[in-house]
Amino acid sequence: MVTESKEKVLVVIQLTGGNDFMNTIVPYTNGHYYDARKKVVIRQDEVIPINDTLAFNPNNAALKPLFDDGKLGIIQGIGYPNANRSHFRGMDILHTCEPDKVGTEGWLGLAVREMDPNQENVLTGVNIGRGLTRAMSVAGVPVTSIGDIDGYGVMNDVEKAHLRDRSIQAFKNIYGQAIGSGPVSEYIGKTGIDILKGADMLSDVADSYSSSVEYADNPIAKSLKDVARIHLAGLGTRVFYTNHGGYDHHANEMLAHPGLMRDLSGAIADFIDDLEEHDAAEEVAILVFTEFGRRMRDNGSGTDHGSGGGAFLIGKNIKGGFYSEYPSLEPSEWEHGEDLKHTIDFRGIYATLLEQWLGVESGPIVRGHYEQINPFLN
Amino acid sequence: MKSDRTQIAYLFRRAGFGATPEELDDLTEQKSYEEIVDELVNPEKCEHIDDSFVDRYYSGEGVPPYVGKWLFRMVNTKRPLEEKMALFLHHIFPVAWGKSEHGPSIFTEIDMFKRVGLTNFKNILLELSRDPAMIYWLDNNENHKSEINENYGRELLELFSMGVGNYTEDDIKNASRAFTGWTFSQPIPIYPQGHYPSRFEFHPEDHDGDEKSFLGHHGTFDGEDIIDIIVKEEATARFVSRHLCNFFVEDEPQVPAWNIEPPRDPRLVDHLAKTFSSSNGDMRAVLSELFNSDSFKNSINKPKVKSPTELLAGVLKQVGNYREIKPGLESYVGALTVMGQSLLNPPTVEGWHTGPEWIDSGTLSERINFASTEFSDDDTPGMKDIIQRAGSLDDEPSQLVDRCLDLLGGVQVSSTTHSELIQYVSELRTSEETNDLTDLIRMIVSTVDYQYA
Repeated sequence: MVTESKEKVLVVIQLTGGNDFMNTIVPYTNGHYYDARKKVVIRQDEVIPINDTLAFNPNNAALKPLFDDGKLGIIQGIGYPNANRSHFRGMDILHTCEPDKVGTEGWLGLAVREMDPNQENVLTGVNIGRGLTRAMSVAGVPVTSIGDIDGYGVMNDVEKAHLRDRSIQAFKNIYGQAIGSGPVSEYIGKTGIDILKGADMLSDVADSYSSSVEYADNPIAKSLKDVARIHLAGLGTRVFYTNHGGYDHHANEMLAHPGLMRDLSGAIADFIDDLEEHDAAEEVAILVFTEFGRRMRDNGSGTDHGSGGGAFLIGKNIKGGFYSEYPSLEPSEWEHGEDLKHTIDFRGIYATLLEQWLGVESGPIVRGHYEQINPFLN
Repeated sequence: MKSDRTQIAYLFRRAGFGATPEELDDLTEQKSYEEIVDELVNPEKCEHIDDSFVDRYYSGEGVPPYVGKWLFRMVNTKRPLEEKMALFLHHIFPVAWGKSEHGPSIFTEIDMFKRVGLTNFKNILLELSRDPAMIYWLDNNENHKSEINENYGRELLELFSMGVGNYTEDDIKNASRAFTGWTFSQPIPIYPQGHYPSRFEFHPEDHDGDEKSFLGHHGTFDGEDIIDIIVKEEATARFVSRHLCNFFVEDEPQVPAWNIEPPRDPRLVDHLAKTFSSSNGDMRAVLSELFNSDSFKNSINKPKVKSPTELLAGVLKQVGNYREIKPGLESYVGALTVMGQSLLNPPTVEGWHTGPEWIDSGTLSERINFASTEFSDDDTPGMKDIIQRAGSLDDEPSQLVDRCLDLLGGVQVSSTTHSELIQYVSELRTSEETNDLTDLIRMIVSTVDYQYA
């Protein structure tokens, strides 16, 4: 099956915990970096240079070919004024575009509502992983959250096939009849029926997928493989969301960060290969983001919460290269005397994706107008 | 029978985490409804289970072992309202370990909630204001005589006592000034000794002792004076009463809408608020009125969606795998998270959005699959008891369904669900693939109706 019109698709990968941007895209010729980072540092002789000033962390080797092919955009210094260093609050702000009050409507949930106002497809927005992220959640907007495609739905562990059919029928009757019995039961009933619809659509995904790409055995690779399986099944999903956890490296960063970088870059490279093998790469753009960067100085073992992080845009339709500016490493320019100062507002990046890629008006979603970039070929 | 089984099962779902068939037998045979309420609100009349040995099975300082211990208490306590009030206070005074530089202070906070939940509201606010986890969470350690930080002062009024619209920005400033110097001792560094709890400290040199005006009162108030004034306000009586209704009786709209939308049951809120005022905020008096009110007794079919914690603890209690202490409960932290309630880690200072907002396709499928899987093993102590009492698939279907609903803690179902369950019994009877009641029980815990408390 092929998507009817090759509608544009956005895949968002959230690096949860606050990725250390300086140790991802390394300012390998800048003395201030090496002055500030004593132990949690990528040595000059290890890096994979991109140009005279910046280099990939060696564990991101898999991203280098994507960059050389012009498919990788690096957005430098992404952030917002008075960045909040709390994980939950920081992530909350990035999810809702509400820095001043506690927002409840996620930016991608709102985008899903715009793209599918009559809720015709419960898979317009898909979250890969258990638990629905706030970015995708807006009251009344059905978004399907999938922990495991092959086990998605209800009553799946009833092994006996005949009984399982009967059980699902009973479930359908019970949830179907709740519709019309008071607003809350009606809502729960409809949500239950949506689960069955989603499970029904996903039930063929396993059979229809085949690929020569062999993904590694780690969580982010599994998630991106699931994204590929669903996308290639042509179920009409416009927004995929998944998170890659473990980036909160207050301690032992040099032990944990390399593995995450390798898993992430490898999974992205395999995912792009998989899409290209199936002639399905042109309609997909990937955003990789994190809730904040880390401090300029390390603490001897890790790095504490900071600001001025970075993001990636990846895809066949992306103009590769650098966007915005790398935050100044001059100590006199550090925010609060210890942080990278952001150079572009994350809401401008969201607006770019919403308007230039998904075709959705951005003002009401990002709550204002912010400088956009021009990362798309067409 | 001294009391009605359906009513007592309902009371225990709301005031606790459900009741097993045996517990319901004992309660209804020996005590009237009023006597049972009296024991719930006066927990020292009931046995205190010794849980000191639990630490041996749940060691370490992380969130999972602490939540594991808390779940053990929820499932096994003879004083369920104590644990339920701790959960209530965790809902309305939400502090998250995500902003907690002082490891175990959030655990001692929950212990404090359990200790003070059934005292009076002044005591509750006073302990809250002296709680290191809360002080750090809302930056009161950054609230200095020379430079006030309004975070705690504002939320104390807006979210913890009166609700928006009942005070001015000046009141917030003056309340914040009164809490200057309320901070905590820096605990000794985590490495290498491990975590030590931090304690409340008052720093007189950092306290603003000058004249203040607050809600029309004037004086050189400190934090305790501010709390004294707050708990006498009618707005506080009404706000707390509405919170109790939302938690125990029927889902209210989300808190930010409360100054716009009237309560679901205005008469009940009035009544509880009067009790609150006349008893100086005595939580036992207010809760006693609540559970004994006709409004509560008649709300059995009003929509109140179980929180993930209520759902999970209720299922564990019925399944009965943790009636004796053993490791394993710490692993349920993950199940709670995917159902949308990461205990000790509420999303914001506003706490969890409750009621229908617990439900989306992700959380609902998690709830259903969790309950259905937990009840799939017919060899657990709880399931053996339920199946033995329930009878067999050959029994008259309607009575069989009713018995199962009762044995699962008095589950209330709509008439349409009821007839579907009867229909399902006949499906099971003719099925060659099953001959036991487990599938019926799993269907019951998968219904729309089971999502309600």
